[in-house]
Amino acid sequence: MADLTTNFLGIKSPNPFWLASAPPTDKEYNVRRAFDAGWGGVVWKTLGSEGPPVVNVNGPRYGAIYGADRRLLGLNNIELITDRPLQTNLDEIKRVKADYPDRAMIVSIMVPCEEQAWKDILPRVQETGADGIELNFGCPHGMSERGMGAAVGQVPEYIEMVTRWCKQYYDKPVIVKLTPNITDIRQPAAAAMRGGADAVSLINTINSITSVNLDTMSPEPSIDGKGSHGGYCGPAVKPIALSMVSEIARHPETRGLAISGIGGVTTWRDAAEYISLGCGNVQVCTAVMTYGFKIVQEMISGLSGWMDEKGYTSVEQVVGRAIPNVTDWKYLNLNYVAKAKINQDDCIKCGRCYAACEDTSHQAIAMSADRTFTVIDAECVACNLCVDVCPVENCITMEAMQPGQVDPRTGKVVQKEYANWTTHPNNPGAVAAE
Amino acid sequence: MSNPMTPGIAAARLPAETLAQNFADLHAPLDRHEARVAADRCYFCYDAPCVTACPTSIDIPLFIRQISTGTPDAAAKTIFDQNILGGMCARVCPTEDLCEQACVREAAEGKPVEIGRLQRYATDTLMAKQSHPYSRAAPTGKTVAVVGAGPAGLACAHRLAMYGHDVTIFDAQTKPGGLNEFGIAAYKSTDDFAAREVDWLMGIGGITLQTGKALGRDLSLDALAGDFDAVFLAVGLGGVNALQAAGEDKDGVRNAVDFIAELRQASDLTSLPVGRDVVVIGGGMTAVDAAVQSKLLGAQNVTIAYRRSRDAMSASRYEQDLAASHGVRLMFNVQPVAIHGNGSVREVELEYTADTGAGLQGTGETIRLRVDQLFKAIGQTLETGAGLALDGRKIAVTAAGRTSRAGVWAGGDCASGGDDLTVTAVAEGRDAAMDIHAALTA
Repeated sequence: MADLTTNFLGIKSPNPFWLASAPPTDKEYNVRRAFDAGWGGVVWKTLGSEGPPVVNVNGPRYGAIYGADRRLLGLNNIELITDRPLQTNLDEIKRVKADYPDRAMIVSIMVPCEEQAWKDILPRVQETGADGIELNFGCPHGMSERGMGAAVGQVPEYIEMVTRWCKQYYDKPVIVKLTPNITDIRQPAAAAMRGGADAVSLINTINSITSVNLDTMSPEPSIDGKGSHGGYCGPAVKPIALSMVSEIARHPETRGLAISGIGGVTTWRDAAEYISLGCGNVQVCTAVMTYGFKIVQEMISGLSGWMDEKGYTSVEQVVGRAIPNVTDWKYLNLNYVAKAKINQDDCIKCGRCYAACEDTSHQAIAMSADRTFTVIDAECVACNLCVDVCPVENCITMEAMQPGQVDPRTGKVVQKEYANWTTHPNNPGAVAAE
Repeated sequence: MSNPMTPGIAAARLPAETLAQNFADLHAPLDRHEARVAADRCYFCYDAPCVTACPTSIDIPLFIRQISTGTPDAAAKTIFDQNILGGMCARVCPTEDLCEQACVREAAEGKPVEIGRLQRYATDTLMAKQSHPYSRAAPTGKTVAVVGAGPAGLACAHRLAMYGHDVTIFDAQTKPGGLNEFGIAAYKSTDDFAAREVDWLMGIGGITLQTGKALGRDLSLDALAGDFDAVFLAVGLGGVNALQAAGEDKDGVRNAVDFIAELRQASDLTSLPVGRDVVVIGGGMTAVDAAVQSKLLGAQNVTIAYRRSRDAMSASRYEQDLAASHGVRLMFNVQPVAIHGNGSVREVELEYTADTGAGLQGTGETIRLRVDQLFKAIGQTLETGAGLALDGRKIAVTAAGRTSRAGVWAGGDCASGGDDLTVTAVAEGRDAAMDIHAALTA
């Protein structure tokens, strides 16, 4: 079993699996059981200023979209920050941290964009003994209407300003949680960095309406006939988050900034992918809201087993390993030629590859009278759609052609040399190879 | 009250509650949740193999997708467009040999999508709404006689009525349905479904039913051909093959089809007598239906004796397993040579057989089984060809159902071509109707 111990910003945890700031981390009762179940760390549900707590709706807070067999793929919520008194949360945080000194305890905070508000709360958080804070600049619903959450995260200058205050009034690591509801994630990340953030965490939830009730014509979740956009999370958002994480990890200005990866982490594999794209750890929420705390056992055994198999002895060795392979489209090798190949032994003859290729792609799959499906190499552009729609994993594979072979589609010999769009003759802006 | 060990042929071997349980729906209907889960497994295959395997070519991926998107009524319409008896077919089709055998998930996981049960879910949902989903075209003034109110006749009549023709169905029995009503195991068609389905089908209008009218007895083809613009014969196979074993006339020897019909029509199952030791001769669905139902009525020992090997048995493997799971003993490669007993059957003498390559031969070695009720289930025959050309022992027809006589079509079990299945009969009736319609409106 590979050692999963993680050191993120100097905060040690027995594994890289933290619970994100969300309903599962709203109180002592839950967090204790999460730690007992094996979670490496917890970001406590966002605290607000002293005073009467926020109130939540009393109707449905969540909406969902499903895959086959009603498997939850995406979850939307309109819940606000903690609706329990500040002192209650602080007392609980202090007790739990004292009892679980080996686990990471981060406190999420969202108070108004005024220096005094932060100056007031930070010493009280410091007093709990928590290992760090996370600034909630991401919550896209409710709080953003009051000038907090995503309303801050969408303005890089505010991010920088508030981060600076936090570094000024708080001694321990400051993580800035980013909203994905912007056009270029690198801008808020860079702003956080300028403000002195020790790390960014992303993504927070995405503005969403999960569905419309066609009887009442109300968006779901519906509160007395009306709906409001909520924050979308779960497996469906992972690709968006992975891309954003990679952008920060490879952007010259933000490269090297510590990242805590969030967004649809459901299995050990998801976690490994985030880590490979530069995250020092991951935060999980929807998977726990769907299946309970116990899933961390699979995450631990899976990540550890995979690391053993690959010969990695620490999580750190995996961090960012895939980053060098993330590039811009213009640098992709246009001399790389692949062809789809259908393994007839594995094929169950559903014909989905045929329908997809015939109706969408390049009419590159032939179907015989006995339902044998074969790729027509002279038409195949290796788009991968057949692989994507095939119900049997690895039944269809993309096979690279070897240099020297003739691509039957173009009639050209496959070149060994790398060549991309920047030097391609069809590119009016091509730079001649020196 | 008697019990399974009561000697001879006796009624009430099991208490009424047990009988009610035994003859309940073989496959309980799927509820909404079960249907959605089952529907989720369909891959929506291209040119789907299940559709090809269905004699009525129901667009199965489409109707399953309609179920999964919460529109079972639309799913039912997709089914009925191809097969107006889709409700019965959902219950009695040997799906394990047809659509579900062809399902790619059978190839992938050995577990096909439950097409039959999904079809029942959809058709039950729409039929429960008590309104007939089709309406008739403008009247054509043409009349068609349909002889036989079984699946072929009903399917033909419905399609013709839909196109605006006036149809009269004649049937020899006292009520319509044919084999759906009289020839299917009770646990496959519960709650009088066959009769309810006929009522629902007739809801389209334009169909008149005359019962108690048999071809050759009350009706002549010449008269029908004179009175109607077209005739469709769907008279089924009314005769039963003989065993050709000595002692066939003894008491306790019976046609399995009669036993099955009696059971289906019985209002009180405790009044239905069955033997303690039952032997069914045959290897088809009728043999299995008779054997399993004998067991369910409380027979102590039930044996199916089939003269060929298991592979040659026309009852599907699923049906064989169903029989075995109910405690029916399956014997292969045995043929009856004599039926012994003084007045009533006491023993059946079976001779072992072997396929010598030059046909099936008795080996000379025999075995005697104790039996007080013996059912013959070795196939049915055409009673009258009404003077039409035959193909083997059935009325010769073209792919469109045309017989050797102009203006006369035939389909279902009485006609050549296709398996003797409800779904095949429906397809033949429907296709003949299309051809009749084309001929009448040409």
